[in-house]
Parts: sequence; C-alpha cells; structure tokens
Amino acid sequence: MAFVVPKDTYNGKVFEVEIGTGDKAVKIGGENTLPFLTFEGAVPNMPVIAHEVQDVAPEDWPETVQAAYKGVSGDPVTWAKHCQDNLGAQAIALRLYSTHPDRQDTSPEAAAKTVSDVLAAISVPLIILGSNHAEKDAQVLRAACEAAKGRNCLIGKAQEANYKTIVAAAMAAGHKLIAMSDLDVNLAKQLNILITQMGYEKEKIVTDPMSSALGYGIEYTYSVMERIRSAALMQNDGTMAPPMLNDIGMYVWKVKETMASESDLPDWGALEERAIGWESTTAVGLIMAGSNLLIMRHPKAIETAKKVIAELA
Amino acid sequence: MLIIGERINVITKTQRQAMTDRDKGPIQEMALNQVKCGAGMLDINIGPAEDNGEQLMDWIVKTVQEVVQVPLCLDTTNPAAMEAGLKAHDNSWGRAMINSASGEEERLNMMMPLAGQYGSLIIGLTLNKTGIPALAEDRCAIAAEIMGKAAECGVPMEDIYLDPLIMPVPFSQEKSLESIRAIRMFKELNDPPMKTVVGLSNISNGAPKTLRPLLNRVYTALLMYEGLDSAIIDPLEREMIEVIKTTDILMGKTLYAHSYLDM
Repeated sequence: MAFVVPKDTYNGKVFEVEIGTGDKAVKIGGENTLPFLTFEGAVPNMPVIAHEVQDVAPEDWPETVQAAYKGVSGDPVTWAKHCQDNLGAQAIALRLYSTHPDRQDTSPEAAAKTVSDVLAAISVPLIILGSNHAEKDAQVLRAACEAAKGRNCLIGKAQEANYKTIVAAAMAAGHKLIAMSDLDVNLAKQLNILITQMGYEKEKIVTDPMSSALGYGIEYTYSVMERIRSAALMQNDGTMAPPMLNDIGMYVWKVKETMASESDLPDWGALEERAIGWESTTAVGLIMAGSNLLIMRHPKAIETAKKVIAELA
Repeated sequence: MLIIGERINVITKTQRQAMTDRDKGPIQEMALNQVKCGAGMLDINIGPAEDNGEQLMDWIVKTVQEVVQVPLCLDTTNPAAMEAGLKAHDNSWGRAMINSASGEEERLNMMMPLAGQYGSLIIGLTLNKTGIPALAEDRCAIAAEIMGKAAECGVPMEDIYLDPLIMPVPFSQEKSLESIRAIRMFKELNDPPMKTVVGLSNISNGAPKTLRPLLNRVYTALLMYEGLDSAIIDPLEREMIEVIKTTDILMGKTLYAHSYLDM
C-alpha cells in the first residue's frame, strides 16, 4: 500500500487584477494560498505599494512626512512625477482631497483636470481616490473616470452609500474599482454582491476592508482580512476573492506616535524614526494578513516595507 | 455543499433523444441552466450504454464542457464508456468523478483502478451483492472494503465520496434515519473525515408529487447537519437550492451577506 501524502490545498483563488497600461502596468492578487506560502501554492504577484499624492498641498500632514515631499508637494503633477522618477513608485494614488465640501469644495470638472494632468505626466498606474465624502465622491469620481478613460485606473472608493454612480462610471470608462465597507466582513461581501448585480465583473473589484494604524485597531483590520481571505480560499467564495487594498497613510499619520515631539515624550525616542517605523510596521502587519496593494506616504517607510516583501518573496 | 446537477440523464425523454441523435442543443442548454442555478458539478448519466458507449461518452463530455466550466460526474455502468469519458474530460475546472463503484466485487475491481489511473474522484456506494444493509454499521463495513481497494489502487481517501444510499420514506420509514446515521459514521472512518454524497430524491420516491419537494428539502438539511459534502439533485428546483444555501450559512460553511441567496 503506497503512502499518499495528505495535502492541504485550497479550492479558491484570489482574482488577479491588472491596473494601468503598457509595460508599467501592475498585477495584484492571483494567489491560491495564504500570504507568502509559496511552497504550498502559487503566488504570482507580490504586494504592490502606491505612493500617495494629494491634489492640494499636504498642510495637515505631520511635519515628518510633509518634509519628505518639500518642494514638490505644492503641485500634484510635480509630486506624482517625483514619486515615479526619483522614488521608483510602482503606482501613484491621487487623492482628490480638495474636493471635500469642508475643504476647498473643488468642482468635479477641476478635479478631472487634475487627473488628466497627472496622467499625462506619469506612465505608472494611477489610483484615483475621492475625499471620502460619499455624495461628493459620486460626482467627482464620475468626472475622474471619464478623464482617465483608456488608462485602466483603479477608482474608489465605492461604498454602500454611493456605489451605484461610481460603479456605473467605472464600468463605462473601463476602470477597476475599490469597494470599501466599514470593517465588517459580511458588509464587504454584501457590497461586492450588490456591485456584481449591477453587471460589474467581480474579477475587477479590489476590496478595501478599511484600514487602521498600529495600536489603533489594526487587529480588527487584520482579522477581517483573514476572514475575507479564508472565505476566498477555503470556502471558494467568489464574492470574497478580489484582492485587498490597504490605504494606510491616512490612518498612520494622524496618530499621536507619528506626531508627538521628543521634548513632550522623551521616552518614545526620536520622532522621525518612530513615525516612519509606525507606518512601515503597520504596512508589514497588513501584508501578513494578505494585503495585495498598499497606499503609503513616507518614502522611507515604503522602502522598508518593500525590503520585507522582497525578503519574503 | 457541492451540488451535482442530475438533469442530464438518459431516463428523461428529451435528453435521451438528444443523446441518440447526438443533438448538442438540449444537452448544452440543460448544462448551462443547471450551472446558472448553482450546480458545481454535472452528472452525466448515459445509462448502461451498451451500443457505442465509448463514443457517446466522449461526445457528451466534450459537448457539455464546451459551454460550462465545471467538472463532470460520469455516470455509467459501462467501464469502457467510463474510461472514454475520463480521457475526454477537461480537468481545468476540477477533476472528473466516477459514478460509481460499490462493494460489489466486479464493479469495484472495474472502477477503482480507473480512479487511480486517471486521478479522478469516485463515488463508493455502500451496497454489495446482497443489497443495501439495513444498519449503518454494516454500510461502514462495505465502506471499509471500498477504502481498502482505493488504497490498493493509489486513490487518496479524500478522493472517495461514500454514498450511504437513500431509501424511500413511504416504503421504509426507519431507513431514513439510518442513512443519516451512516453519514455521521462515514465521517469518522478517516482523518480528515471521509467525504460523502447522496442521490437525494430517492427519499421521496413513491410519495405524492406535491409532497416530494418538501421531503427532499427537509431531508437535505438533516443530512447536511451531519456533514454531507455533496448531493446529486435537480438544481432547477429553486427552493431546494435556497435550503442548501441557507443550511450552508447556518452551518458556517459560507460567509453571510444579506444577498446570500443571490450568489
């Protein structure tokens, strides 16, 4: 009687999503096993990191991360080009922050112009983000989708309150879509189903489970991501098979650890090192949970996260 | 739970006619409908297929897989036709399943080596030449014989789907509980647990037409509670699919979402 080795394989597979065009296009997802378990299954693509760029000078970012973009962050085109050309960005995430009604309330048309200008200056893939105001995002992202037609961007974030408009716009202009729900695995699944029911292919969705910073609820994000991934792989649940995105910069760079000065809290050590470490550690934690795409801010934190990915690959 | 669609079957008139005429239309349409309604695998029952069995199986496997991306459960007592089906089967979407071997020596010796040779899944009916044992314990003894033969042929235990066989409740009411008990006991025969399958609709054979769907549905839920892995059913019966999906949710096998019935 021959001994047959019992094998733990999964029925499901994470969808592979391509963003961008030409030779700078990137693919995320595609694995049929848990993060980095390359000995057990196929992991065709390692996590990708996008540099966050805003359509307005990042005056509300903490000094440590503002300083990293001194001289370029006044203009989104210059800033994006700097990330691509000087920092080796794999992708750019353009946040149309000024469109928020509580900020400059920039019009959808002006935002679309910014998108066109940035796209004209870069060849790496572009992620286009609204200001996280459900109603305004619906208008802004619709205009942005049209302006970015043909560039296979990743658009977001579609949420329960505004997904219909954004899905329709992404579908019409041929973009990929970020579906975000509020740290709840059942709502994440429900949103994916609703989006699919509009005729948008689930193979083009990227799930944002909602991120959180180290020390500020990262374990909730981590366990939601684990549950999403296990539904995809072990239960072969196609509605849970999109790759996952973590938009971490905005969460990390508002916590005390990335802002408190050494004179206030001498026990916490050097601010710059501490703040950068906070972002890279948050990133690495979520990469372990199965993140396929991260949006980050500080170049040094990105560098560290990339190193970890390369070592695990 | 894996739903194996039963509608491509030589017993039904349209399908039989299509098989005889080698008419792709009705077969492909039935294949598409079943997959759309939730089948993850399709049973292809060509019967004993004594004339041209090999050619028919080869043709029908290719015909079905031309339009649906699911594995097939090849259902024939003709071993040559079975082998032709295994050869023709496209494994891109999962391996084929042999339907079936049993404790009958001749059938076991014919079918199990095919599973080993083609790396396919195989259904093991727990009956032997004296019939279906009344007690679950005795069905386990047959299961053990099937598992022994599988090991001999290099078929992993996780590729075997044990079928306790379902008896019609109108004629042998006490047997319905016995088959449920058998599912539970089969699971304990191995670690990881053995997989199980049933041909479900036999539970309601002989019952009035109006009662049959209800009997089928409730019995499915009971079997699933004991860990049933797959069932050969009619996926076009919407309420049956809803019961399966709901039981999967309540058993924690599928992640809940408000629209879970739609997926």
